[in-house]
Amino acid sequence: MGGLGLREVWRFASRGITANRMRSSLTVLGVLIGVSSVIVLTAVGNGSALAVKQGIEKLGTNSILVMSSGGGGRFSRGANSNAKGLTLADAKALNDPIKAPDVKTAAPILNASGTCTYGNLSSTPQNITGTWASYFEASNSPIDKGYYWSNDDVVAGRPVVIIGTTVATDLFGTDSPLNQVIRCHGQSVTVVGVMKSKGSTGGFQDADSIVIAPITFVQRSMSGYGSLSQIQVEATSASTTTAAMDEVTAIMSAQHKIKAGANADYRVLNQASILASSTTSSHTLTVLLAAIAAISLLVGGIGITNIMLVSVTERTREIGIRKAIGAPKSAILTQFLIEAMLLSLLGGISGVALGVGISHFTVLGVKPVVSLTSVLLAFIVSALVGLIFGGWPANRAASLRPIEALRYE
Amino acid sequence: MSQGSPLVVKVDGVTKVYGQGETAVHALRGVSLEIAQGEFVAIMGASGSGKTTLMNILGCLDIPTAGDYWIRNLNVAELDEEQLSVVRSQLIGFVFQSFNLIPRTSAAQNVELPLAYQGVSLSERRKRAIKALESVGLGDRSRHEPQELSGGQQQRVAIARALVTNPAMVLADEPTGALDTQSTKEILELLHKINETGSTVIVITHEEEVARAARRMIRLRDGQVVEDTTWVA
Ligand SMILES: Nc1ncnc2c1ncn2[C@@H]1O[C@H](COP(=O)(O)OP(=O)(O)O)[C@@H](O)[C@H]1O
Ligand SMILES: [Mg+2]
Repeated sequence: MGGLGLREVWRFASRGITANRMRSSLTVLGVLIGVSSVIVLTAVGNGSALAVKQGIEKLGTNSILVMSSGGGGRFSRGANSNAKGLTLADAKALNDPIKAPDVKTAAPILNASGTCTYGNLSSTPQNITGTWASYFEASNSPIDKGYYWSNDDVVAGRPVVIIGTTVATDLFGTDSPLNQVIRCHGQSVTVVGVMKSKGSTGGFQDADSIVIAPITFVQRSMSGYGSLSQIQVEATSASTTTAAMDEVTAIMSAQHKIKAGANADYRVLNQASILASSTTSSHTLTVLLAAIAAISLLVGGIGITNIMLVSVTERTREIGIRKAIGAPKSAILTQFLIEAMLLSLLGGISGVALGVGISHFTVLGVKPVVSLTSVLLAFIVSALVGLIFGGWPANRAASLRPIEALRYE
Repeated sequence: MSQGSPLVVKVDGVTKVYGQGETAVHALRGVSLEIAQGEFVAIMGASGSGKTTLMNILGCLDIPTAGDYWIRNLNVAELDEEQLSVVRSQLIGFVFQSFNLIPRTSAAQNVELPLAYQGVSLSERRKRAIKALESVGLGDRSRHEPQELSGGQQQRVAIARALVTNPAMVLADEPTGALDTQSTKEILELLHKINETGSTVIVITHEEEVARAARRMIRLRDGQVVEDTTWVA
C-alpha cells in the first residue's frame, strides 16, 4: 500500500464524500453536534463549578463559620435536648489570644429581615446583619466608599449602616448613598459606607444584597435579644485554619458544656469543607453533562457507520475492479478508513469551532469555561469514531471476493 | 502447442459448480489446458458454455471447485489472499466486456492505478501511464474521464491499464462485444501489438474473424474443451 500515496488515497476519499454532498454534510453534522455538545456541556459544568468555588472563596480564605446545629430542629429533643443557641458570650470567648492563638477575630452575626426604603424607592436585602466592627475583618468585606462604623457605634447602639451595592443601586441608582438617612425595618438609619461588590455567586445568593449594622442596634430595634445566627471567625492565616478550627471547637464545647464524644449543638465549618461538598456536586454535574454529550457523539458515530455502509455498497463494483487489477486488501481498507476519518474529522474540527464559539456566551446562566482537555478529547474521540465506526464497513469492503464485487450491479 | 516456451498457464481437471443440490450449475466439467508464454489464444463457444467462468479462474478472480491451476510455477490453490493480489498485480492484465473503468477518474489515473498498487513511484507511474495511453492512441485524452469517452476509447483505456504493468498475460473477456466494427478492428490490432511484445494474450470471442487472427483456438461446450486447434499463421 506504501506506493499508493496520499494523492490517490485523498482522491478516493474526496470522491466518496463529494459523490453525495447532502448525505455527507448530514453525517458531518451528526459528528459536529456530538463534538460541540461535548465541549459546551463540559464547559458549562466547569463554569458552574468555578462560579460556586469563586463564591465560596469570596468569603475569605481564612474564614471559619460557627453555626448552631441544635435548637428547634427535628432532632432537638433527645441527645440534644439541652441545646443552646449561639450567644454573644460564645463570640467573646472565641476572641481569646491565650486559648485561641490562631484565631484573629471572631464576630457574632445576627440576621434580621426587612425592607429598606429611601423616598419612594425600596430594596429588600437578603440579610440585615447585626455584628461587631471586627466582622469586616473576619468576613473579608472591603469597603468601596465611606468608612466602617466602629466599636464605639456598637457600644452606643447607633443607627449606622454599611450597605451592599445591590441595596445602594436599588435605593440611590448612581447617586452617592453616603450620609443619607434610609429606613430599614421601620428604623431610620444613616448610610456611612458602601461595600465593594462581591459579584453574584451565581444562582440564588446575592452577596451584595446586604445591610450591616451594629449588633446592639439590631437587637434593640429589630430582632430582640435571642440567639445569634452565626459566629464568623477568621484564622490568623490560611495555614493555621485547621488549628484555629480545633481551638474554636474546644472553646465552644467548654462554653456549651459538651462532654467528649457527645453530640455537639453547634457546627464549625470552613471554606475547605464547604468547597469539598460543592466540588463533589459540581463534579457530578460535569460527569452527567459529559455523559449526555458522549451519547450524542455515539449517535454521530452511528451516522458514520451508516454512510460508510452506503458508500461501500455503492462502490462494490469499483472495489471489484480495483481488486481485479491488483489492489491488496490493505489498500481498500485504508482507503475507506481514511474516508470515514475524513468525515468524522470534518465534523470534529467544525464541532470544536462551534463548541468553543458557543462557550463564549452565557449558557443557562452559567459562563462556560472551556477546558483544553475536553477540546483535545472531543477531537481525538471524533477521529477514533471515524476509525471505529468506519472500521466495520471498511473491513467489509476489503474482504469482498473480487468476483462477487464485480458481479454486483 | 508452442513447445519450447515455458508454460504460463497449466489447468488440470478443473471443475466449477455454482450453487448446491438441486439448483447446482456445472459451469466447467473437467477442463485441462496448457498455454505457453507468448501464445495468442482465442476461446470460443456458445453462450453459457463456461468461457467467462474459465477466464475468471485464469485471472485469479475466482477459485475452481476442483482441479488444479498453476500460473507460471505457482499453484494458485496454495496462495493466500495477499499473495493472490500480488499475482493479479504482477502477472495478469484484465480487459472486460463492460470496460470497467473507475468512474469520475481520469484516463491517466485509471491507467496509473495498477502501478500504484505495485508501489511504483508517482513520477514513474505518471510517465508509464502516459506512454501506455500513447501506445493505444489516446495520448491526447489522458485527462478525460470515462464518461467523456466513447465506448471504443474506453476499451482502449482499459487495454492501456492492462498492459501498463507488462503482465505475463492479458485476459480479455469479449472485449469487442459492445463495440462497432471499426473499434473492434482497432482493439484486435492492439491485442496483437501486446502479443508481439511477448505477453500471452487470451481472448474470449464470438467472432470467427477474431479467432482466425489468433494462432490457437479453444472451443468450449457445456463446460468441456471440445476443440483445441493450433495453426501456423
Ligand atoms: N455466479 C453464477 N451463479 C450461478 N450460475 C452461474 C454464475 N455464473 C455463471 N453461471 C452459469 O454457469 C454457466 C457458464 O456461464 P459463463 O461462464 O458465464 O458462460 P459464457 O461466458 O460462456 O457465456 C452458465 O450456465 C451460467 O448460467
Ligand atoms: Mg461470458
